[in-house]
Amino acid sequence: MHELAVTQRILEIALEHANLAAARRITAIHLTIGDLSSIVDDSVQFYFDHLAPGTLAEGARLVFHRLPGRFRCRSCGHEYTPQHGLDWRCPACGEYGVEILQGREFTVDSIEVET
Amino acid sequence: MRQIPVIENVLSANDAIALENRERFDRAGVVVVNLMASPGAGKTSLVLRTIEALRPLRVGVVEGDVASRVDADRVAGAGVPVVQINTGGGCHLDAPMLRAAIQELPLAQLDLLLVENVGNLICPAAFRLGEHLQVVIASLPEGDDKPLKYPALFAQADAVVVNKIDLAPHLDFDRQAFRRLVTGLNPRAALFELSCRTGEGLSDWAAWLRRFLNRGTGGVGHVE
Repeated sequence: MHELAVTQRILEIALEHANLAAARRITAIHLTIGDLSSIVDDSVQFYFDHLAPGTLAEGARLVFHRLPGRFRCRSCGHEYTPQHGLDWRCPACGEYGVEILQGREFTVDSIEVET
Repeated sequence: MRQIPVIENVLSANDAIALENRERFDRAGVVVVNLMASPGAGKTSLVLRTIEALRPLRVGVVEGDVASRVDADRVAGAGVPVVQINTGGGCHLDAPMLRAAIQELPLAQLDLLLVENVGNLICPAAFRLGEHLQVVIASLPEGDDKPLKYPALFAQADAVVVNKIDLAPHLDFDRQAFRRLVTGLNPRAALFELSCRTGEGLSDWAAWLRRFLNRGTGGVGHVE
């Protein structure tokens, strides 16, 4: 729901690194987004298309690497990926208590540039 | 064409400022609580009841809303220092907003700072403010399934408060089912059932907060 602010930050991070590398142009930005981070790809893309024009990142491709959530059930120890609209309940024992192993990631991994 | 590795957390700028806020709170010796809930759960009512229950301890308040000073005016009526943040559409408070707000508060003279986040069960979960404790307020009219629908926030809370229990005879809220969901998701969360309207259950909540205030900020910590 707050993709405008985070997309601004993604653009800033990409531009900082492009400037450090004295790049002429950013052609792609690789992102990793965990499924539990409540960030929606289409919404990031939408804001990026508005924010990037006039910067080194104009026309850059956003490449989204989604990471599924991984949970460990506190009751039975079963490790699973939540299914059906992110239902957190354990499919093995039906209990509702998890340790989150993966899914909250939200990083700019790399950028592709022309120098 | 060249690929440049970056590996930078998109939220790290917020988290760095949250850490600075936290250091300021610790130096001032004030315990900071981030109150999160959906609109209408009773955040401001709980703030008012808490101020009253903890007197003569000194409480300060930061009110976060998209617009208006309605909440800040209600709290100012209780005679405590209050700052209103208007996010202008933003769906959550973030660490830079809180940093700006606390410039206007006499932090060193406070025992407790209550930060009322924007009414929302999703976005506040992702933005650390520098708080010591995270509290989620649910209320009976919202239904007992909220932990199922917004698990992230409930899973990370230090305490869950269920407000409006005076309405229980009129509603189908299953308190046992709700408790099961919360403790399943988050066995370490303290759980309080209360009514800001009647005052029922408030003393347990106030006693829980007092424990952190007596201990000082050194031993308190919400660590992700």
